[in-house]
Amino acid sequence: MANLTINGKSFDVDVEPDTPLLWAIRENAGLTGTKYGCGIAQCGACTVHVGGVAMRSCSVMVSEVAGKKITTIEGLADNGNLHKVQQAWIANDVPQCGYCQSGMIMAVAALLKDKPKPTDDDINEAITNICRCGTFQQVREAIHAAANA
Amino acid sequence: MNHIPKLDRRAFVIGSAALGSGLALGLDIPLGGPTVVRAADGSPEINAWVVIRPDDTVVIRIARSEMGQGSLTGLAQLVAEELDCDWSKVTTEYPTPGQSVARKRAWGDFSTGGSRGIRASADYVRKGGATARAMLIQAAAEEWKVPVSECIAANSVVTHTPSGRKTTYGKVAEAAAKVSPPADVKVKDPKDWKLVGKGVKRLDTADKTTGKMLYGIDMKLPGMLNAAIKQCPVFGGKVKSFDEAKIANMKGVKKVVKVGESTVAVVADTWWHAKTALDALPIVWDDGGNGQVSSASIAKWLEEGFDPSQPTYIGNENGDAKAAIAGAAKKVEAFYDYPYQNHATMEPMNATALYTADRCEVWCGTQNGEAAFAATLEASGLPADKCDVHKLILGGGFGRRGQTDYVRQAVLIAKEMPGTPIKLLWTREEDMQHGYYHPVTRCKMTGAFDANNNLTALHMRISGQSILFTLRPEALVNGKDPVTFQGLNASGETAIGYSVPNLLIEHSMRNPHVPPGFWRGVNVNHNAIYLECFMDELAQSVGQDPLEFRRKLMSKHPKHLAVLNAVAERIGWGTPAPQGVYRGLAQFMGFNSYVAGAAEISVTDNGSKIKVHRIVGATDPGYAVNPAQIDRQVAGSFVYGLSGLFYGGCTVKDGRIEQANFDSYNSMRIAEMPKVESIIIPSGGFWGGVGEPTICVAAPAVLNAYFLATGKRIRSVPLKDQNIAFA
Repeated sequence: MANLTINGKSFDVDVEPDTPLLWAIRENAGLTGTKYGCGIAQCGACTVHVGGVAMRSCSVMVSEVAGKKITTIEGLADNGNLHKVQQAWIANDVPQCGYCQSGMIMAVAALLKDKPKPTDDDINEAITNICRCGTFQQVREAIHAAANA
Repeated sequence: MNHIPKLDRRAFVIGSAALGSGLALGLDIPLGGPTVVRAADGSPEINAWVVIRPDDTVVIRIARSEMGQGSLTGLAQLVAEELDCDWSKVTTEYPTPGQSVARKRAWGDFSTGGSRGIRASADYVRKGGATARAMLIQAAAEEWKVPVSECIAANSVVTHTPSGRKTTYGKVAEAAAKVSPPADVKVKDPKDWKLVGKGVKRLDTADKTTGKMLYGIDMKLPGMLNAAIKQCPVFGGKVKSFDEAKIANMKGVKKVVKVGESTVAVVADTWWHAKTALDALPIVWDDGGNGQVSSASIAKWLEEGFDPSQPTYIGNENGDAKAAIAGAAKKVEAFYDYPYQNHATMEPMNATALYTADRCEVWCGTQNGEAAFAATLEASGLPADKCDVHKLILGGGFGRRGQTDYVRQAVLIAKEMPGTPIKLLWTREEDMQHGYYHPVTRCKMTGAFDANNNLTALHMRISGQSILFTLRPEALVNGKDPVTFQGLNASGETAIGYSVPNLLIEHSMRNPHVPPGFWRGVNVNHNAIYLECFMDELAQSVGQDPLEFRRKLMSKHPKHLAVLNAVAERIGWGTPAPQGVYRGLAQFMGFNSYVAGAAEISVTDNGSKIKVHRIVGATDPGYAVNPAQIDRQVAGSFVYGLSGLFYGGCTVKDGRIEQANFDSYNSMRIAEMPKVESIIIPSGGFWGGVGEPTICVAAPAVLNAYFLATGKRIRSVPLKDQNIAFA
């Protein structure tokens, strides 16, 4: 049993301490916006914020995050107001299949917190999520749009 | 020896009926009739394609699957254009295959592959919209007791022109649903389109930015259990035994199920528990006799396909290429290779099934609802009126989700636990190692010139795998797989763009045991590399400019030439490139669209690092329904194709695929993304696809530029095997 604080809510989850955070979020907390893509921290589809830092939740154990503030895609909006990254994503029609986009948006939201006006090089370094549909051109445009919003 | 797939005859019959893409043509548009058909919320159907709610919301039914390619939005545009409705009030829904079967295939073909989503349904969905519009106008005219000819419709409002009276679609929908539909309706002349041709925003974006969009993997049903699965790692092998007792006491485990002959599943309370227990389950496999197959043994077999004594199927022939080559003043010869590729959709394969004694329902992402439905019938043993498939948005398809293996597995597991919904999810590793791979081929290219450096002959001999041989043997033509010759045919929707006096294109078929499949773009991926890189080789062998060399052979192929000219002009062909930048070109035809690409690259570290700066892609799809989405398909297809070129390639060892995850089968990241400029040249008069064709021009354009940069001609994929990476 572990206690997780996700999107400001407390969840008692009946899992082994070495359970990946991703599966506790999806199966125990029931928040399915965070996606499984590879399980080995390669693709970034499972990206969430732990204490404000972007992390690949498939490769973080529940025991490592107890007591820390976890934010998932469902918790990114503030009181129903979409985060500026989500707004830029909609304005720029970014997603194709959309499956990787929760993780992509979470990674970008964390980047903009660190670097409010990222350069293309900053983006190249920080955003390493895989998108098999190949939305990168729109992702880049939308990051700059969000930074300038 | 060719591997002969074992087909379940029953599945084959149903599946092939469901796959028949031509069946939808000539489809009757279902009638509103005297009895009003109602949507689930009680709103009247005007016809199968259009439901209108009292608040003027227009619900457009979409039979094809949305997997990111945007055809959900494009198809809605086509219906809405003819309906003349208010686009801001349009929403969409999927009919189920079960409903379609019960209504004599009211929605036609569900299959979403071959870039057919829009081009194969454009005619009848537009008629559906036009018919509904006529019925709405007639209902308003009858209510006002005025001639229909005095009424017009626009933006969901019907107006009686002489009096200026107005009503809305929502107000007349009930009456319109009772109107007898006109026997024949005219669809608009494309020059009158207002909505079609506009790059309107997608209809499905918002939920994809908030985590709300429901994919198959997100399915939840009361009392649902989760299944993890392992298939025999060697294709064609079987389960010999497994020691269930070893995991019986592991947390959450409910049941261990043998699925068919080759597969074991563990069912548990959570998927993580199911997966953990399955990892601990001792399983002994029988490799089925394929345990010795390797990439090297397959390569050797492909090489034998060039032995002149080996039989071939001829795909395109004019003149006498062999004689012309034998007597030529100059001959150029080269061998090219293209490997297996995995689809690697971001969402691994999954399906949820609920089986009870008299009903079976499935929820899944599928590119072919009707094939998934057929698989559900076959696996459940229940008749069509007791089954249904509920389609969800796909986390990527690329051809992989046209197969129904995962649907069948979910039903077979659920059948072992009647009354309990079962969600089956594959691991990435399972997904990577049990795909339907882009087929492996090797190609011998031979060109011949006369004494004046005119190309007199071209001979292309492809040795390798056929997709249809395994997946749709009923579609072989006297043993020949016509799909092999995509982009190389004499005419039709995948025609070659060159006229050569003596031409021979043939296929020596070799079918290893690795299952082949339709991988975005399918055979144009390698055919374009073979032909378009070799065209550069031919041009260079006689000291000619690759563009001018092509142009001389393309005078009878004006549409091919138009897209090539467009990219050449935009990239600045013939003008100096920036310092250290090299350019390459390619053109091709696939899925009834004409495409061309031009790349600018630079090369560093002794040829081992490539920076792709820019790619211009041109497409002539006949009609462009949504240019903004076409631009995205072009750029996205380049990412998929270049990922395959640089990082892809699935290799075989001990009868199994070696790559297991994105660490060994990598995919492009944003840092490697070139600037993509898309040029759309809709020349009209035909409907071409856009999801796939452009994928094939990126790789040869980059490889042709690489030759100019380094003098080194690359003839095999992936580049990682030649220690070449993105800069």
